[in-house]
Amino acid sequence: MALVTTTKGEMDDSLLEKREGTFEDDNELTTWVEYWLESELVHRSAHVTLKRSLPIGGEVGTF
Amino acid sequence: MANTASLCTSFLGEVLTATHNFGVAPIRAATTADTFKAALYLTSATIDASTTVYSSTGEVTGTNYSAGGVTITNATVPASTNSSSTAGVAYWTPSASISYTNVTLSTSFNAMLMYNSTQSNKAVGVYTFGNQTITAGTFALTMPSNTTTTALLRISTT
Repeated sequence: MALVTTTKGEMDDSLLEKREGTFEDDNELTTWVEYWLESELVHRSAHVTLKRSLPIGGEVGTF
Repeated sequence: MANTASLCTSFLGEVLTATHNFGVAPIRAATTADTFKAALYLTSATIDASTTVYSSTGEVTGTNYSAGGVTITNATVPASTNSSSTAGVAYWTPSASISYTNVTLSTSFNAMLMYNSTQSNKAVGVYTFGNQTITAGTFALTMPSNTTTTALLRISTT
């Protein structure tokens, strides 16, 4: 038993349907979790892990 | 021995700490690091390389989200590493994940703007990800590893 923050306040997770998913590409690894009360979404969290940076080049000029 | 044309790797690192000034720049009142913040933007917004400063236009709104976003944890100073006589890289990454806790963001968003709130909210970079919504939950952005090849900010020569 665990409490979940929802749009209706904290609720026991045993009362809710839990749905989870992941997405991954070259840019990110994302996981998400949803809790549903019957047909209503009452909680959704997401965790995005960025994989790469924004590179900035540089070069010395020539005469 | 030979001389080799290259930007000096130490310079790359010093760019990240505002050591050099080739033009007109603000007078820095302190030698401590500036405060950087992270704001989230709607999928319908237009922020890109032309963005010069933080703006609330196109920013997400919702329960427990404050305009301007959250402060980025910066406990690791920039580093620079030389890899050859012509190549080097300076790099920096926030030292903790960026989290928006117990928020409801009902309209799809897919970008984070990092900006310098100490220096008149000047923009640093736009980072994108897949479309998200949050309902009474937490949105967390975990940073890439702070290495020469993956750090969030890298200035490099090859």
